[in-house]
Amino acid sequence: MITIKNLHAKVAGNEILKGLNLQVNAGEVHAIMGPNGSGKSTLANVLAGNEAYEVTEGEVIFNGKNLLELAPEERACEGIFLAFQYPVEIPGVTNSTFLKTAIDSIRKYRNEPEISAKEFLALIREKAALLDMDNKLISRAVNEGFSGGEKKRNEILQLLMLNPKLAILDETDSGLDIDALKIVSKGVNYFRSPENATIVVTHYQRLLDYIVPDFVHVLYKGRIIKSGGKELALELEEKGYDWLKTDEVEAV
Amino acid sequence: MSEENKTIENVTNSEYKWGFVTEIEEDAFPKGLSEDIIRKISEVKQEPKWLLEWRLKAYRHWLTLEEPTWAKVKYESPDFQDIRYFSAPKQKPKLNSLDEVDPELLATFEKLGIPLEEQKLLANVAVDAVFDSVSVATTFKETLKEKGVIFSSISEAVREHPDLVKKYLGSVVPYTDNFYAALNAAVFSDGSFVYIPKGVRCPMELSTYFRINAAETGQFERTLIVADEGGYVSYLEGCTAPQRDENQLHAAVVELIAMDNAEIKYSTVQNWYPGDKDGKGGIYNFVTKRGLCETNAKISWTQVETGSAVTWKYPSCVLKGDNSIGEFYSIAVTNNYQQADTGTKMIHIGKNTRSTIVSKGISAGFSDNSYRGLVKVHKSAEGARNFSQCDSMLMGDKCGAHTFPYIEVDNNTSTVEHEATTSKVSEDQIFYLNQRGIPTEDAVNMIVNGFCKEVFRVLPMEFAVEAQKLLEISLEGSVG
Repeated sequence: MITIKNLHAKVAGNEILKGLNLQVNAGEVHAIMGPNGSGKSTLANVLAGNEAYEVTEGEVIFNGKNLLELAPEERACEGIFLAFQYPVEIPGVTNSTFLKTAIDSIRKYRNEPEISAKEFLALIREKAALLDMDNKLISRAVNEGFSGGEKKRNEILQLLMLNPKLAILDETDSGLDIDALKIVSKGVNYFRSPENATIVVTHYQRLLDYIVPDFVHVLYKGRIIKSGGKELALELEEKGYDWLKTDEVEAV
Repeated sequence: MSEENKTIENVTNSEYKWGFVTEIEEDAFPKGLSEDIIRKISEVKQEPKWLLEWRLKAYRHWLTLEEPTWAKVKYESPDFQDIRYFSAPKQKPKLNSLDEVDPELLATFEKLGIPLEEQKLLANVAVDAVFDSVSVATTFKETLKEKGVIFSSISEAVREHPDLVKKYLGSVVPYTDNFYAALNAAVFSDGSFVYIPKGVRCPMELSTYFRINAAETGQFERTLIVADEGGYVSYLEGCTAPQRDENQLHAAVVELIAMDNAEIKYSTVQNWYPGDKDGKGGIYNFVTKRGLCETNAKISWTQVETGSAVTWKYPSCVLKGDNSIGEFYSIAVTNNYQQADTGTKMIHIGKNTRSTIVSKGISAGFSDNSYRGLVKVHKSAEGARNFSQCDSMLMGDKCGAHTFPYIEVDNNTSTVEHEATTSKVSEDQIFYLNQRGIPTEDAVNMIVNGFCKEVFRVLPMEFAVEAQKLLEISLEGSVG
């Protein structure tokens, strides 16, 4: 689905990603873990096309297309979805208007007709119920006055509504209590299918108890220094990152 | 004139869609202003003597006044002797029905999206169309007559209902009010007149459409709306003008009178030609609008201002009667080199009077957008309440947004609240919407619409749709 080769990226003049390689296939869930400042969020933002991040080297092929050549909205229409670490507020624009516009924009890109109001309403009610979201949140302005947990849940609602090919979850677990974490995970697991893939960027193993990954990668200083199965996450939980840092130093 | 029109048509600006000129024969006066010209205007309109006298008094007073300079706008002062004060499409002396209106004129209004032919009016809106200096047609007059509602051009009202006009003309905005109000009183050519009888709820929205067509002509319309005790009317006003290189002057006066328990809702979509991308041409929009509320009466001003090179406009409410209510909802958009200094005045005189001000200013390009508002609470206004909210949104870093709130309170039982915010359309918001598949232009429109939501909500339905479209066009290419 997505192949990342030798990716280098800068933000505000500092090189954060220094030759990252990753291959994600349909049906897989990959977890990216690593200490603060290792480049996890940078990777998520670069894939989504945030212009604050500058790609200096490398390539990203997404379903046969050169992803780095596409504008952020084109990437979204091709099927990339980023669940933001800090979702922004859009005052005065209701969640439903926003989501209908998003769905219609994507459909337009694919030369499909707009979603009917009836179909849309049925869809959003179904997905909101799945996430235990109050219907009131649907008619409220996007993220305005939402609690941290509501914002994250709203990101997952959008994920389910837009049903992308590749979902990138950027620290979706941060700031969530255990109940919210379970609900968010339920949403992501519901989304999982053999046709799509998920990249879970996270700090803690905790989330991976609920969203069980097929692969775990450790990102450190802009590169993946270790990859493994889901048991790697448990090992990290137990030992921290320091033993890997030594490994890396030894490797150099 | 037609040659001149051609030259003008060459200077087209694709973004202003109402910039066309209608080829129509016009009766026009020579340029310049004098007592003779005023006498001529009055004569052409077959006005009674009292009105001519009033005009002349206004003119003589105007001569003693200086152009106001306190607004935060910069422009080359108009040469008042280089303006034509009267221009009218040539037509038969009296029109009995729309069939007699020049088809060219009807086509113009059609092009503007204003079908005048009554059978085509699916929407329940009666229209008065003012083309340059005169009113061309008022639709639905008969239906309104059954209810006793008078809706006509002000010239016709002067002839048909002289007592009403004489009683109220200048009663809220006297000719001594300000420089442009005095000028308007001297030379006003036409406008609309509405009278809602006691206890009558006007069965449809009333609408006036103003169009400046002729070159070098100023437009000075005057609107007078009287809602008698317990009456209700919702009135809509729209305006456009062709694109011209020179600046044209529009100095209108609107007077509203809401008697006891009456309500007037006045909505404007102002889309005069704003000038080109370099700030050349465009309408100078210097307008005085004011309403008087008697006991328990209510006046709401709602305006969407996207046009004009320079706007100077403060629709106000004099809350004279106890428990009366004044509202002002405004969206002002400026782009390129447009300048707007707009706001309201809420004058609390009666007890327990209430006013609400919601102003949304959006500036883009090199424009300057100011909110200027006065809340005055007189000693007599016990228990008066005001709430003001002024929000500004900036697009880019070359434009300006300013807020000048004036608050004068002479009564310690009143409550006055003022909130103001300034925000920028943030890159983060745009990226967020982009990431959900929404292209940047649509994303900006969405953010702006959300910002203006409180005002769109109070606009009549058909106007809200038009206003949203206008906003999109006005801000085209302002981000990205």
